[in-house]
Amino acid sequence: MSQKNDQPNMKRREFLGKTIAAASVATIAPGVMLTVARAGSDEGASGATRWGMLINTAKCANGCSACVDACDKENGIDLLTKPEGQSDEMWNAQRPQWIRKVTLRDKQTGVVSNLPMMCQHCEKPPCVDVCPTTASFKRADGIVMVDRHLCIGCRYCMMACPYKARSFIHSDIAEQVVQAPRGKGCVESCNLCANRIDGGAATTACQDACAAQGHHAILFGDIKDPNSAISKALKTFESKQIRADLELNTGVRYTNV
Amino acid sequence: MRSSTGIKRFAGLLMGGAIALLSMGAQSESAVTQGSRAATMDACVAPTAEMRRNHMDYLKHDRVQSVREGVRDTKNSLVGCVDCHASKDDSGNYKSIVAEGEFCQSCHSYVAVQPACFQCHRKTPQQGHAALGMNQDAAEPALGLLPGISRSDLSELHANVMEH
Repeated sequence: MSQKNDQPNMKRREFLGKTIAAASVATIAPGVMLTVARAGSDEGASGATRWGMLINTAKCANGCSACVDACDKENGIDLLTKPEGQSDEMWNAQRPQWIRKVTLRDKQTGVVSNLPMMCQHCEKPPCVDVCPTTASFKRADGIVMVDRHLCIGCRYCMMACPYKARSFIHSDIAEQVVQAPRGKGCVESCNLCANRIDGGAATTACQDACAAQGHHAILFGDIKDPNSAISKALKTFESKQIRADLELNTGVRYTNV
Repeated sequence: MRSSTGIKRFAGLLMGGAIALLSMGAQSESAVTQGSRAATMDACVAPTAEMRRNHMDYLKHDRVQSVREGVRDTKNSLVGCVDCHASKDDSGNYKSIVAEGEFCQSCHSYVAVQPACFQCHRKTPQQGHAALGMNQDAAEPALGLLPGISRSDLSELHANVMEH
């Protein structure tokens, strides 16, 4: 049906012209977006933000598990039950845990300190390095998480993580919460309550719970924003990265360790 | 030459007719589950025919956006599907969207395609959880009347009122 003539195809020229125009806009747009979009919601995660956490170990109370309980509730981990026939020991070793309390004791002085340990949201995450399917990824705003749509459950990331932050779902799940889909055969870990943050919240569930207990050990915020509380605190107090020798530049830092 | 185009034309007509008949058949009966919120509405986020053909693409596109890019208030949300299309049983509890005869299952079993969404995603609407996405229409007018009250505050207020 094509017509053969010597005239140039004006439709095609028009199309090409528009395409080039659109492409040039698209190449400029990301730079513009970076300065406009800061936090979550309809604009999505932005590289101008880096979410992080500062944990004051001195304020973390011995025996308190408010952050762990809040995390379990927020992310539907408390809905999980022990599979039939599994031993308590196995269940406790395998149940998902996004945040856990670690107790440290100095052998020489005997001083005991507590800290919550979770995904440290590294700038250079080993879990992302090893993932064969790109399911383990780092968002533009620094949150390291698992895209379960792509996760094949190989657990390389669990092996790679120096913080033992990731969990694997070993059995079928009866019920999930909307904000934390979960199924057998995928790896998961703390995502800094990405769902809440994207919805415009400024705090994580663990931070809220810690503050409600009056401890205020957890401070969450944007470490790229010089005026945020966390940036000011980081500037004021000496903080440490756990396993700083690995040079992962963690987003979660600790004071008084 | 002539006869071949004639045959082609006839075949084309036949095919066109068959497709038209099929699509009319598909259009005429609604797959929407009685008693769900969707049954009270004219159309989904897009015209029904479009949704039937493209819902999987919409969902996949928006899943990438929301998980990997953090764009949450997308138009096509799976939570929105469940919120709107789930129906209740006799005792007033929501039925699973993939249960026998329910919205997703009824079509998917017919076409023998298994939706894997609900191996991980919640199968019923979550009480007190406003879906991120389009299905906030129920809560939106109230919020419009009461500026300064967040959705969670409102649901808390609701719970309090129901208690007393």
